[in-house]
Amino acid sequence: MKFFKLLFASASTLLFASVVNADSITVVSWGGAYTKSQVEAYHKPWQNKTGNQVVSEDYSGGLAEVKAQVESGNVTWDVVDVELSDALQGCDEGILETIDPSTLPAAPDGTPAAKDFMDGALQECAVGNIVWSTIYAYDKTKFSTPPTTMADFFNVEKFPGKRGMRKLGKAMLEMALMGDGVPAEEVYDLLGTEAGVQRAFAKLDTIKDHVVWWEAGAQPPQLLADGEVTMTIVWNGRIFNAIAAEGQPFGLVWDGQVYDLDLFVIPKGSKNKEAALDFIRFSTDTQRLADQASWINYGPVRASSIPLIGSYHSDPSIKMIDHMPTTEAALKNALQNDFEFWADNGEELNERFNAWLAN
Amino acid sequence: MTKKSFVKFENVQKSYDGEVLVVKDLNLEIPKGEFLTMLGPSGSGKTTCLMMLAGFETATHGIISLGGNPINNIPPHKRGIGMVFQNYALFPHMTVYENLSFPLEVRKLSKAVREEKIKRALDMVQMREFGNRRPAQLSGGQQQRIALARSLVFEPDLVLMDEPLGALDKQLREHMQYEIKHLHERLGVTVVYVTHDQSEALTMSDRVAVFNDGVIQQLASPPDLYEQPENAFVAQFIGENNKIMAEVVDVKGSVVTAKTSEGNLLKSKKVNCDKVGSKTTLSIRPERIKVGSKGENTSDAKVLELIYIGDHIRCRMLVEGDENFIVKIPNAKKISDLKIGLKTQVSWSTVDCRALDRLI
Amino acid sequence: MLASQNNNNQKVLTTDGIPLKKKLSKALFRSRLRAFGLVTPLLLLISIGFVFPIIVFLTRGVYNDTFEKYMVNLTPILSEWDGKSEPTEDMYEALVLDLVWLKETKNIGKVASRMNRELSGSRSLFTSSARKAKKLEAPFKESLTKVKKKWAKLETWRAMKVTSQSLSPVFLASALDMKYTADGTIVQKSPERRIHVKLFIRTLEISLVVVIAGLILGYPVAFLLANLPIRISNLLLILVLLPFWTSLLVRTTAWIAMLQGQGVLNDLFVVFGIATDQDRFTLIYNKAGTLISMTHILLPFMILPIYSVMKTIPPSYVRAAKSMGATNWTAFWRIYFPQTIPGIGAGAILVFILAISFYITPALVGGQDGTMISNFIDYHMRKSLNWSLAAAMGGVLLVIILFLYWVYDRVVGIDNMKLG
Repeated sequence: MKFFKLLFASASTLLFASVVNADSITVVSWGGAYTKSQVEAYHKPWQNKTGNQVVSEDYSGGLAEVKAQVESGNVTWDVVDVELSDALQGCDEGILETIDPSTLPAAPDGTPAAKDFMDGALQECAVGNIVWSTIYAYDKTKFSTPPTTMADFFNVEKFPGKRGMRKLGKAMLEMALMGDGVPAEEVYDLLGTEAGVQRAFAKLDTIKDHVVWWEAGAQPPQLLADGEVTMTIVWNGRIFNAIAAEGQPFGLVWDGQVYDLDLFVIPKGSKNKEAALDFIRFSTDTQRLADQASWINYGPVRASSIPLIGSYHSDPSIKMIDHMPTTEAALKNALQNDFEFWADNGEELNERFNAWLAN
Repeated sequence: MTKKSFVKFENVQKSYDGEVLVVKDLNLEIPKGEFLTMLGPSGSGKTTCLMMLAGFETATHGIISLGGNPINNIPPHKRGIGMVFQNYALFPHMTVYENLSFPLEVRKLSKAVREEKIKRALDMVQMREFGNRRPAQLSGGQQQRIALARSLVFEPDLVLMDEPLGALDKQLREHMQYEIKHLHERLGVTVVYVTHDQSEALTMSDRVAVFNDGVIQQLASPPDLYEQPENAFVAQFIGENNKIMAEVVDVKGSVVTAKTSEGNLLKSKKVNCDKVGSKTTLSIRPERIKVGSKGENTSDAKVLELIYIGDHIRCRMLVEGDENFIVKIPNAKKISDLKIGLKTQVSWSTVDCRALDRLI
Repeated sequence: MLASQNNNNQKVLTTDGIPLKKKLSKALFRSRLRAFGLVTPLLLLISIGFVFPIIVFLTRGVYNDTFEKYMVNLTPILSEWDGKSEPTEDMYEALVLDLVWLKETKNIGKVASRMNRELSGSRSLFTSSARKAKKLEAPFKESLTKVKKKWAKLETWRAMKVTSQSLSPVFLASALDMKYTADGTIVQKSPERRIHVKLFIRTLEISLVVVIAGLILGYPVAFLLANLPIRISNLLLILVLLPFWTSLLVRTTAWIAMLQGQGVLNDLFVVFGIATDQDRFTLIYNKAGTLISMTHILLPFMILPIYSVMKTIPPSYVRAAKSMGATNWTAFWRIYFPQTIPGIGAGAILVFILAISFYITPALVGGQDGTMISNFIDYHMRKSLNWSLAAAMGGVLLVIILFLYWVYDRVVGIDNMKLG
């Protein structure tokens, strides 16, 4: 018996040691150019500063994995980059750690974090990181007159060819309404009514036969590059990467963009909670957020970061500020994703969206 | 077509790989109604011949004809030949009745006719009550009978049997041999039978073709084959046989005088040996040898081993330098005189000893 | 005494006087124990790692106690309520009491998201009301409806009544496009919300087509494998097995490269004039894409059982049939084919069961009409986090599979299945 106790003790020490071992944290994000920007701007400087290790993992969104880890009591992820709606839902369901915003560093000019971050970027369980946007892009070689409005996306007569769209109700329904001529500020009011929902689906019906549906963010630039589609809904960072890094002849349209936030959360019961908090505090300071923006055109959520945004890391001629979703020109007819609306109606609308797809 | 050549092989050769001939220049005529057995060790070409006749192998050269018509280019299903396979090949997913019905169905016979024929075929093998059984529910002997009935149910003129009794135990095998023989006699069907069991061949056949090395060594009736083997292979393959190696010293008419390695001069019947000075194999059946008395040919002998068989005693002796010289002594009163190590004499008559080709 | 003596005499004893039966069972016990010991690790693995989690998960489909667990005051009152009459002040008081407690214990999100599945909009109704619940004063009916008008609606209360029942067919009904109401009746959902039944049917349809296509493509291959000389057939067998050594994802992606609009196949069609450059065939991101790639991926599972059964059929059967006058076709169809049915049965069941739960391939190449029920189970597992609905759908799928298995057993017979 004594022997077993000893054995158990030594085994658990070993196990424990390997887990804790000089603070190694697992940071999970969306992969591709986006994760690269985070590795360059956050992970590497933090590792250099603290000597801790960052293990980077990719996922494709959603809270399922976090929920499974928390419920099984075996939490292996320490920091997760999530969408706003997931941050709220996860917090509501109690599977995320709360993060006190007062512990976040202030802006260089002394503005406290609570005021420096944009609206919605500081949540009970989450700290904002970037503003990203769902827009549409097109293949320049396919059109003599380029499309300029959301309505053009839904006009397959004037702009022939297949369309790529995300296989999810979110953003697609809003864009359908904007494509039907609804101004951005009225979209959510309308979508809250049965008539509005029907109008959105009716608009989607007009191009249903021309749509190639995608699920992972890496797909749409590929679809466009392969010539599978002539236009596609896409996340602005992904398409910028295809244009800037790969030199693809793609154009993009800001009209009718739906922008949203990505935030850092910590799954409840993270074994490295302190290190994870430190990582988040470090990564969301003014300079780090600005650095991130030179790798990908996702806008920093801190006001104080905006003036610090430089040019593209490999091509100084590309001024990143011009490609941000938060410029004045881009925001002319733009919609901020309403997380409350989707938290309340997401279930119902996605169910109808799926039923519409299958019919 | 003459009655003599219902089945005819003319200069048939077969090679699988273009290098080795498995069947070398086969010529064989089988009259209608005959029971002919192809006997030989495995690899002797007998099964290949049967398969060529059935149409599952094509002859590389030569003509095979059936009823006077060449059948080289006729597919197996149009040849109308019944066949019994080594493992019976009863269709496992069909009942006995369905198995028998199959050849009749493919001939598009009416149901009434089919029933009648199946009934008759089952009666023939005394398996009438087994119509509804599956092959797996039958014993080996029963399966054998059904396979037989199935090959005969469509009344073919020719039935081929490929070692059909190989899977049965000895007693059942002997019993089935008689049954097949009697069926053949009753139906008058021509049977070509392949086996490697010489006693089976002798029991059943009208004529036996002994195969070796792709060639028919001897084609004869069972008594002739046993009594008058034409070469050393046949003599050795059929029944038990004592061989004495000798050199021909004189040939007078049908009598050959040969000198053994011990210097003894032995007389024998000339069958298949060369002129004076050549080597020969003298062949004597064990039951034609007398022990302890002199005769036309006499040789010194020493008893090495005695085996009690029942009806006879098998006596292994040293004769003419051969330690495996076997003598069969009928179980009579005098045998108690024989003891191991006893030196005596053996003798035999000249007509019982055949001078054959030299065995290599 | 005499009777027992007689009894003893009837028993067969061993030489040392112990009854034979006793001795025998003792002897057998040891070997049984050993046999049991050998299978114990597997038995434990299966029950702990397979059966137990499946049962636990499936119960989620019919049992969800989120509401009952957290709304401790309201739940008993709701069960008394008839679902039609005006909610009473008691009910409002219990509700406010629960909301206050939920806010304090940070459990409001769990109840809110559970309620939101039943009634869209409940999440914000619950979370925002809970924030203010502490300051509310009696009469609660009045003060609470002032916070949110929805509290006055009968619809809200009926939804709560449904949710308060932990053991209920609400998710099962939802998995079959129906709705379980507060009255305890089950009604069909409106047409624009119906999707699952259609998907179940489509899933069965796709699986069936994959089985048939696999059979048509695989049977001749298996026949070749079983009948070619061993040297060539071994090479062929490696080709058949080759896909097993490649990841499923790679194979599916390879089909995308093959089938897409600008893909290899369409390029060939254009070269041979079967399609024009502008009007290429849509072979992927639809049902055709799913069928083609699934058939390819599952083909080995069809070929191998058929092949191994064919291998055991001696050539003498077909020869016998031919010698009896059967043409090649008759010999094949009446003699050879029936004997391969056990292999076909095994292959078909294997492929069907694998196909019915396929989800990676349809997710990648299925587009809108080539996705299957597993994609929605996956969706509810990973995206909507509605595990109860996922469990209910999984349960329905399991029942369908078991039912088909039963039908198969009745029609073909499960004994009549051979993997070789």
